Amino acid sequence: MASLALHRISKRFGTTEVLRDVSLDVADGEFLAILGASGCGKSTLLRILAGLEGLNAGTVEIAGRDVTELPPKARNLAMVFQTYALYPHMTVAANIAVPLEMRRLSALARLPVIRALVPGARTTRQGIAAEVTRVADALGLAALLNRRPAQLSGGQRQRVALARAMVRQPAAFLMDEPLSNLDARLRAEAREEILGLQRRLGATVIYVTHDQAEAMAMADRVAVMRAGRVVQVAPPRVLYEQPDSLEVARFVGQPPMNALPATVDGDGALVVAGARLPFRTPAAGALMLGVRPEALAVADHGIPARVVRVEYGGADAILHVEVAGASGALARLDPGASLAPDATVRLLPRRAILFDADGTRLPLHAAERETAHA
Amino acid sequence: MHDAVARSGARPGARAEALAAYALAAPTFLLMWAMLLGPAVAVLLLSFTDWTMGDPEVPWHGLGNYLELWNDRVFWISLRNTLVYVGVSLPATVLLGLLAALLIEGAAFGRAWYRAAYFLPVASTLLAMALVWEFMLHPRVGFVNQVVGLFGVPRQDWLNNPDLALLALAAIGTWQNLGLAMVLFMAGLTAIPKDLYEALAMDGADGAWERFRRVTWPMLGPALVFVVAITCIRGFQVFDTVAVLTEGGPSKSTEVLLFTMVQNGFTFLRSAYGAAITVVFLAFTLLLTLAQTWLLERRTHYA
Repeated sequence: MASLALHRISKRFGTTEVLRDVSLDVADGEFLAILGASGCGKSTLLRILAGLEGLNAGTVEIAGRDVTELPPKARNLAMVFQTYALYPHMTVAANIAVPLEMRRLSALARLPVIRALVPGARTTRQGIAAEVTRVADALGLAALLNRRPAQLSGGQRQRVALARAMVRQPAAFLMDEPLSNLDARLRAEAREEILGLQRRLGATVIYVTHDQAEAMAMADRVAVMRAGRVVQVAPPRVLYEQPDSLEVARFVGQPPMNALPATVDGDGALVVAGARLPFRTPAAGALMLGVRPEALAVADHGIPARVVRVEYGGADAILHVEVAGASGALARLDPGASLAPDATVRLLPRRAILFDADGTRLPLHAAERETAHA
Repeated sequence: MHDAVARSGARPGARAEALAAYALAAPTFLLMWAMLLGPAVAVLLLSFTDWTMGDPEVPWHGLGNYLELWNDRVFWISLRNTLVYVGVSLPATVLLGLLAALLIEGAAFGRAWYRAAYFLPVASTLLAMALVWEFMLHPRVGFVNQVVGLFGVPRQDWLNNPDLALLALAAIGTWQNLGLAMVLFMAGLTAIPKDLYEALAMDGADGAWERFRRVTWPMLGPALVFVVAITCIRGFQVFDTVAVLTEGGPSKSTEVLLFTMVQNGFTFLRSAYGAAITVVFLAFTLLLTLAQTWLLERRTHYA
């Protein structure tokens, strides 16, 4: 396994700029998720790393070596495709064997008839077969080795794709939305399986996904991409609790964070919808207060809000409210909460993040002792 | 089928629904018999008679025509020539068609132009093109002789040499069908998922040969079976070049099935005998179609 580095990558398709000055470092043995909506350039970035796509500017390094100009073969990376890209005419065993055959057998020894004449090829082939069996056993594919991909379920195909990537020792694994074609239950299982393998092998993994829950649950660090740029790279907890921008804050977390227009009064205290809140900031002017739905509680003082409806969710209930006439604010309450529509409640934020008008995070201090009054 | 009808009989309205279904299928069914299957059956029945064109009576002849065929030297020459023609033009058409498709697919620009150029012979009438070929193959002023002359090969009278005439016709047939094979192969090529090539690149293959052998060739399976079948059938149908350029000669060296059939059926007015030859021809075509269907079902559809 090895470290990877992308340095100031730019990529254009025609006149469309898909990647702008993207830099990313991945440590040896790290699980890095690239998270972004579709069309943000995350797959293109992965393909540039793999060598499947050219680039307009920048460098790609693997284990400290510049590989920018090298073809995929010379980069020694393994990739799991969203569609799995299994060879449909080959059995599972043959599919898994391809990467080993390509690397261990000479071009002559790979030819159908002539291979019988190449000295040593037989021994090499037996070695390959042994490793295919080993990997298949590890992934529970032993009984399926003679089947064709068309005879497998989605989950099984996914495991074959994984086995084909694992069978040799690549510098890193690249995964392009590998779980997006599975149903919810299989996805949870496959998540565990991939994580288990990654830990066991100490593998470097770059994992592209649009599913933030997947990225948060699996990755050591998450790189959030928006419109061809990496906007923040951080461990999941930091990303959630200390997002650099409102953009990231709103993108990470489900249901999304509330963004409430706020002002600062003469004492430096924060005011939302006319209510003074127990937070202080040195900033001034038009601001945005970001409050996670679970950080809002119904209280006897705080932000006045009109109840729109309560959405029962089993483990919790989501309260939809209007704040200062604007709908779309959410609070996560106990599942037992029952509030009549049109009732007015007060919502008190326990934690909050402050952004300026451009969405950049500003310092915010809790002022616990100073009781806020409406 | 009968079970399904019987079971659904319990449901109210099922009978009316079944009747409506048959009524709606009837026009297609009738037309299919009248236009497609009917004539074939008529030819088959005709081959068991001794009818000649214009004869008011249709005398039953049993297997007489087939017995005569069995002993007819010209028929065997004709069958052998047809098989040689197919045996030469089929591999040439498939190989050259595939090569053209791969080259055009890999071309950086002008794909549409190349595709149209290769397809031109398919779209044009071979009858008109035969004139051009006659000129090209002319023993004295022909372009072909001028070209082979450059390589020191002596002049040939291509269409009047019993050893060469059939091969010359096969070459013209290849020239004509190559474009069709090319178009079908190109359709097959575009259907190959791009990520298979990418997976192969990640797996460590970078050469064109490895890409062809591991992905292109196996994934072209369905297209290949179809091209082989259609080229084969078109090969069996060779007629117009023979009729225009050689008329079966010299000394029966280009006598092919359909030419023999037309001569018997229309020139000699031996309609029933011509029908028997047609049945042999249809049998080959049917066999090919069945083989193609079987192969497609069994071997080449992976997904």
